[in-house]
Amino acid sequence: MSATITMEPTSTVALPDVDKSLRAEIDASTRLPVVLFYGSAIFWLLVGTGFAMLASFKMNDPAFLDQWGWLTFGRVRPAHLNAVAYGWASSAGIGTSLWLMARLCRTPLRHAKLLVSAAVFWNIGVLLGIYGILAGDGRSIEWLEFPNYASAILFVSFGLIAVWAVVMFRFRQPGHIYVSQWYLLAAIIWFPWLYSTANLLLNFESIQGGAQGAVNWWYGHNALGLWFTPIGLATAYYLIPKVLGRPIHSYYLSILGFWTLAIFYSWNGMHHLIGGPFPAWMVTASVVASMMMFIPVITTAINHHMTVRGNFGALKWSPTLRFTVFGAMCYTLASVQGSLMAIPTLNSVTHFTHYTVGHSHLGLYAFFTMIMYGAMYYILPRVVGWEWPSARLIRWHFWLVAIGIVLMVVVLSIGGILQGLALLDPEITFMATLDYTKPWLFLRSGSGILLTAGHIVFALSFVLLLLKVGSPKVQPTLFASQGEDKPEPLSL
Amino acid sequence: MNRMSVIIAGIFITFFCSWIGLVAYPYLALGRYLPFVDEDTGDILPPPLSGLAERGQQVYASSGCIYCHSQQVRQIGYGSDLERGWGARPTVARDYMRERPAFLGTMRTGPDLSNIGARQPSVMWHHQHLYQPAVVSPGSIMPSYRYLYQTQKIEGQMAANAINLLPPSAPPEGYEVVPTYDAEALVAYLISLNRNYPLPESPEP
Repeated sequence: MSATITMEPTSTVALPDVDKSLRAEIDASTRLPVVLFYGSAIFWLLVGTGFAMLASFKMNDPAFLDQWGWLTFGRVRPAHLNAVAYGWASSAGIGTSLWLMARLCRTPLRHAKLLVSAAVFWNIGVLLGIYGILAGDGRSIEWLEFPNYASAILFVSFGLIAVWAVVMFRFRQPGHIYVSQWYLLAAIIWFPWLYSTANLLLNFESIQGGAQGAVNWWYGHNALGLWFTPIGLATAYYLIPKVLGRPIHSYYLSILGFWTLAIFYSWNGMHHLIGGPFPAWMVTASVVASMMMFIPVITTAINHHMTVRGNFGALKWSPTLRFTVFGAMCYTLASVQGSLMAIPTLNSVTHFTHYTVGHSHLGLYAFFTMIMYGAMYYILPRVVGWEWPSARLIRWHFWLVAIGIVLMVVVLSIGGILQGLALLDPEITFMATLDYTKPWLFLRSGSGILLTAGHIVFALSFVLLLLKVGSPKVQPTLFASQGEDKPEPLSL
Repeated sequence: MNRMSVIIAGIFITFFCSWIGLVAYPYLALGRYLPFVDEDTGDILPPPLSGLAERGQQVYASSGCIYCHSQQVRQIGYGSDLERGWGARPTVARDYMRERPAFLGTMRTGPDLSNIGARQPSVMWHHQHLYQPAVVSPGSIMPSYRYLYQTQKIEGQMAANAINLLPPSAPPEGYEVVPTYDAEALVAYLISLNRNYPLPESPEP
């Protein structure tokens, strides 16, 4: 079962000098675009966190800052979602993908200027979009709130990135195409298709209302499933074997996982509209596809688990591995939860409640964001040429966000289930259903404070790294000494 | 998998299938409704919105009402929407044929608004509620939309559209609170939300 056809990534031990110098050259070639995308990602993470806290506090105390239309709940909430989805997660994902593609194509990054302009356009697009939402131009179409003048710029930016990616793939060194590359290639094809279709049909030239819901959630679910998920999985498939210095457990499981994800994930969207005004077969198709998601999820989980098995001790010393494995485990959790939530009986409880909000955070934060942190801890020292200044800051970052996100998902899940059960019972007045959620929403704000603190620590760590604070280190910054027998995650 | 062409073809084909099923099909099947004309009464259903209500729909979108309020009444067996009196019948695709965008919603921090115009037909109630939600509905966590209103000095007589407000939100002596055009439009839209007319595909029970 444990086929070892996968050549890249392999052990970092005893590399020939040629490889070493090629990798150093590749890493250096990615410096400007990667640091630009990562830097803007971290900026938007802080902005998005600020909006999240505002929105959360407003649910605890609706009178909080209610005198300005710019900061009303119905605007800061979509400002939060779009700042973290397009500003943070997408930029972090693009930055990671650029580096991974250059490494996996085994060729230095070409046309960095194209990517620099893409990064500038992307940031202008997100900035205009957030401004538009706050100023009252938001579209109130979930995941697609940006007004047309912002989404058009984002699309142009993404077009530049896609063109760049095609060029990179043409110049790749011949040889095996690693599993991470399949996912990255798919994400780069799927996202512009998704984004343009949904924006054209919903925002530029609006189709009739009944059809909008289907297109909206085809987009909303696929943005997670066919944009963030492939990038997250590509990153995990690269980092886990790389840090441990051993190949992926099974090549065949990775093939199965990839194709079943491609076939089934794209059909999931309608499970957000169970019971809504749609033909039964559409909803049923999505419910069935959600069940079928067990195949790629369990396949990937087994593949990752078997790769790490016997080496869980490495989580003690490797920041990259600790964040990435946390994320990979939460991918399994979030996906299993998502499939269960599509079962109509369970959906009738969780639909329209805060449980769904908890689920989104399990997916986009506990899975995707944690893996992006892992990638940044691995990639940044290599492209900047400086090790992380402080292991203590990384440790604080990990525990603040890990505890924060677990707390958030737990309290939103409990509050959501109580809310959902109350909503199902017509004997309970509507106002009473609200009372079931209030204490949990209060605790949610508490979890948000932990996450905010974690983000500030991370941003600080990033700035210190860019400023090259401290004295040069020969060894990577680890949580603990890794012991004699372990392969090293060297900065090459 | 070392054949780039196979990978790319697979990536296209798998996604194209879902594009057919969840984008092209709904557009053809649910995106080309005509209004239903009731031959007995001559009513056009769903009724078109007034110009003011249409503007109100945009205010609804820009204020982000959908993040707490849905507009869909589900069939029996899917939640207690009908038992709660949120509508006389389940909503169907034709109900949304004029909506751009359609506010189906995915969250119920607040109640469903598919038929709020039937439940609360009073213009004054809506203005009072938008200005001071917790006074009108104790326990509500809806934010105040007072930024859609103006407090002005009373010149001679009170303005005809001045809002009756209770303490603690009442304006100081000699002042009155009047809705802006956007507030008037939003309330006109909310009152227009009444889908209790029968359609052939979803008759009233």
